[in-house]
Amino acid sequence: MTKLPGWQGLQRVALVLGLPAVLVVVWWFASADSDHLVFRPLSEILVAFRETWLGPRLVEDVLPSLSRLARGYAASVVLGVGLGVLVGWSRTLRALLEPVLELLRAIPPPALIPLIGLFAGLGDSRRIVIIIAGCVWPILLNTVEGVRAVDEVLADTCRSYRVRGLTRLRQLVLRSASPQIMTGARQALAIGIILMVISELRGTVHGIGFSVEQFQTSFRYPEMWSGVLLLGLLGVALALLFRLADSWILGWYHGLRASNRER
Amino acid sequence: MALSLRPLWLGVAGLVGFGALLELVPRLGVVDDRFLPPTSRILSVLAEQAGAGPLWSAVGNTVLTWAIGLALAVAAAVVLGVVIGSVRFLRAATASTIEFLRPIPSVAWIPAALVLYGPVRAGTLLIVVYAAFWQMLVQVLHGVADVDPVARDTAYSYRLGRWARVRWLTWPTALPYAVTGLRLAATVALILTVTGELFIGGPGLGAEILRASAGGAVPLTYALVLVTGLLGVAANLLFRLVERRALAWHPAVRGEVPA
Repeated sequence: MTKLPGWQGLQRVALVLGLPAVLVVVWWFASADSDHLVFRPLSEILVAFRETWLGPRLVEDVLPSLSRLARGYAASVVLGVGLGVLVGWSRTLRALLEPVLELLRAIPPPALIPLIGLFAGLGDSRRIVIIIAGCVWPILLNTVEGVRAVDEVLADTCRSYRVRGLTRLRQLVLRSASPQIMTGARQALAIGIILMVISELRGTVHGIGFSVEQFQTSFRYPEMWSGVLLLGLLGVALALLFRLADSWILGWYHGLRASNRER
Repeated sequence: MALSLRPLWLGVAGLVGFGALLELVPRLGVVDDRFLPPTSRILSVLAEQAGAGPLWSAVGNTVLTWAIGLALAVAAAVVLGVVIGSVRFLRAATASTIEFLRPIPSVAWIPAALVLYGPVRAGTLLIVVYAAFWQMLVQVLHGVADVDPVARDTAYSYRLGRWARVRWLTWPTALPYAVTGLRLAATVALILTVTGELFIGGPGLGAEILRASAGGAVPLTYALVLVTGLLGVAANLLFRLVERRALAWHPAVRGEVPA
């Protein structure tokens, strides 16, 4: 069978877009005549999406939420990697702190919200602290693991060449631990989005989580579903962004693995 | 022997030290003890609660919701994962959809759960199942796709039937992935169970934490949060044990035990 040029590319596009397209079409037509109070037609939800989120709410609710997420996440990365390097580097410190860290990590972050509320008032800082309280653990524990697993030969080589201080930290410790750190950072991102929403659910006046809850309690269901849709799109967009960052930061590592596999 | 015990003692010392620190900070007035009660007070409240019924029924309810949610998610993920994973076309056709649905934060469903079920256990189960399902599904898909080509060709040469191939080829290949998926799913499911109890409803530790903090019972709130942490540690240990048992034959586990 002769294949047209681009036939395979076309096939791949069809495979990638086929099922999502079918699902959207099914959703569109199955919901088109819905007069159910809760399950509104997709067309209505899309109109609500445009009117709700592409208007003033973009600046008043979406951006503040994302900014809190960014600040909390950045602080978690700095804290997690910093403490993780310290704890991972000293065998004694690691043995001393591991059970405490395991216990603290095992606490579901949302359970801390009432406690954090005692200290941090009601402002932005409280919600950022909530995000940090959940995000820092996967980064911290993965950094500890990564630092612990630094290659012995490389460590000895660095010692022989008297590579010390910041150079040693950057070129040996952080670099060897970076794949593991990125694994932790990926888990932390998913947790961060969850906590961004949850931290806005009680006692706030703006934010995505607040808006969606408000729509739900005031029976504005098309707007509520559009909020669910927005959170889904944000989750997907941030996951894509993370993948880009990952291939940029860990490009050397993925290349190394691929060439090792070919050998 | 003395050497191998050292980390254990250090770990115990770490826990005791952490407790002592949290005892001293409020006692010395660094932090107001209305916000951070000393460890001894939290532990005495916990001991008091441990003797009474409500704490245990809350723990029981949380564990029940968690177990139901995890079981539903795992069953659905294993069936779908094996079916999708073993048919190349299905795998290719569903990849983009899975990649899209997976990062949708499970909390996005909280308002939907409240509208559809109200503040009851079923609403909490919705977000638990959603979150745990993807953890498991992705691992099962990876596992099923990892079947060794030589082993697969051998199975075809010996004309193993469909069922025999699943039992002797797919199952042992996918098991290590599935067990890892189970552990990840269990952790996520527990977090979402408590989250759901806090923000949707249904009986359990989350509901108790909400009640204690709304009533201003700060030491009790701390004690309950500590219990959720202990539950998490217990779950983690349990599933690590399951991992070791289920994979006792696997080289990665066998290698850990010095002969």
